[in-house]
Amino acid sequence: MQRRHFLKNTMATGAVALAATSGLLVPLKVLAWNKEAFDAKDVQSAMKGSIGTELTEASDKITIKAPDIAENGAVVPVTISSALSGVKSITILSEKNGTPLIAKFNLKGKAEAFVSTRIKMGKTSNVIAICESGGKFYSARKEVKVTIGGCGG
Amino acid sequence: MAKKSIKIRAKAKNGVVTVKALISHKMETGLRKDKKTGKVIPAHFIEAVDCDHNGAPVMNAEWGVAISKNPYLSFKFAGASGDAVKLTWKDNTGKSDSLETKVK
Repeated sequence: MQRRHFLKNTMATGAVALAATSGLLVPLKVLAWNKEAFDAKDVQSAMKGSIGTELTEASDKITIKAPDIAENGAVVPVTISSALSGVKSITILSEKNGTPLIAKFNLKGKAEAFVSTRIKMGKTSNVIAICESGGKFYSARKEVKVTIGGCGG
Repeated sequence: MAKKSIKIRAKAKNGVVTVKALISHKMETGLRKDKKTGKVIPAHFIEAVDCDHNGAPVMNAEWGVAISKNPYLSFKFAGASGDAVKLTWKDNTGKSDSLETKVK
């Protein structure tokens, strides 16, 4: 009987490990919301929490489209696109927000390196875009002047 | 909720599908105070957005509180007209909604 249990257990764990390695598990259902990274108060720890490193290479192949002056910090349209190949994720940070990490977009399969959204900015600061490509992280930044802050109130 | 919280438009051009989506959500940061009572309004925001293309995931986003109210999201992937696109969001209170549409 014990031997049978043993077999059953090893089979079950083996199947889980196989599913994990072959990418069958959908990450969203496994990963909880990255609280540590989103609660981080400075850019370095936010980067470390979301992408696992604070070292990125400046790249001119990343384009950030955002207004030079945003009248309303609560709604700042930001578009990020990249000419890098095989971009796996795009991370957006706003340097001087209370919690700098804004969002991370994980791109899969046939997705192109393009993301557009609207963000909140507390005050004038740099918007940082980080693209993951081929195991390396590339970043670009652009300053956005904010006349009315969009955080708190 | 009778009304759908998501609006999607997906268009194919030269083999690339551009998806534009609007989600109606208040995206409360948890930092604002109620003007009358002086109490902090609890955070209520979308923390994950998933997108499937013909059943296979193409994008999943992790969002913080710094995404604007009534979020707008646009992204692109390789596909053709007639494909199915499904968008799902989930917020920090456990609420979620999803909508499936066809690429035009």
